[in-house]
Amino acid sequence: MQIEINGEAAEVEEAIPMAALIATLALTGKRIAVELNGELVPRSRFDRQLLGPGDRVEIIQAVGGG
Amino acid sequence: MSQAPAQSDRLIIAGQEYGSRLLVGTGKYKDLAETARAIEASGAQIVTIAVRRTNIGQTPGEPNILDVLPPERYTILPNTAGCYDVDTAVRTCRLARELLDGRNLVKLEVLGDEKTLFPDVVATLAAAEILVKDGFDVMVYTNDDPIMAKRLEELGCVAVMPLAAPIGSGLGIRNPLNILTIVENAKVPVLVDAGVGTASDAAVAMELGCAGVLMNTAIAAARDPVLMASAMRKAIEAGREAFLAGRMAPKRFASASSPLTGLFF
Repeated sequence: MQIEINGEAAEVEEAIPMAALIATLALTGKRIAVELNGELVPRSRFDRQLLGPGDRVEIIQAVGGG
Repeated sequence: MSQAPAQSDRLIIAGQEYGSRLLVGTGKYKDLAETARAIEASGAQIVTIAVRRTNIGQTPGEPNILDVLPPERYTILPNTAGCYDVDTAVRTCRLARELLDGRNLVKLEVLGDEKTLFPDVVATLAAAEILVKDGFDVMVYTNDDPIMAKRLEELGCVAVMPLAAPIGSGLGIRNPLNILTIVENAKVPVLVDAGVGTASDAAVAMELGCAGVLMNTAIAAARDPVLMASAMRKAIEAGREAFLAGRMAPKRFASASSPLTGLFF
């Protein structure tokens, strides 16, 4: 199914859990924060949060800034 | 090498004590190595970061800012840089809190204009109210309006941070009497944030009674950032000591320093 990750279209398995998506992106265990359709998804919910078609995922990290 | 400040003169923000009154941003450096060297030279214990999209699929081994500035060693202060409205500022703080394992300390900035990067104070008030209710410890970037500073304090912000001059401008404190008024009326720490350019600017902020100074460009854009970081460290300490020492009153006319008696001419 089609979803959006960080503003880019992506093709992923149907009903993939967030944890599995993070794993395919090689980001498991990295210091990130994730939003699904504008709402924060805590790390503790990654296994249970299943994705649907058209979902917008934002994966955020710390960068240098003032 | 300057001595650490006396135990009694620690900076206290949201119940946490700090020896350094210099807070430093981590943007605009040449690379992570220079960032780390400059922060080390500055003696800063609180460093700001921004939160942005991860680059998916690019250089998987690339180190992250938090690898060189670990949260165990530094107090990481996430900012809401680039936010021009309440919703994005609040979203950013929630993401940052998750990123930092539930730490509540954030720097709130809601910008109003791209050219000056002055804060939209109306939006800042609204965002501050939401964030304080949501349990955040908010250090808030604002302009040098004493009325706005007091309103933000009354909303429950843990620190108020008036700008010296526009972000990245290096113009120094444009309205020292406004900063002085803010300091005199505040019951929370007041830190000058934005617009500092060189060491004397930082010293002036401390002489006005500020609890600390937050700067980024002044160090990162210096010809020698590590040396400037060292200068800033000393300037903050010198300014703080001068403030605590109680300066002499300025006079219009001269007052001789040598005796007027025993003259042999």
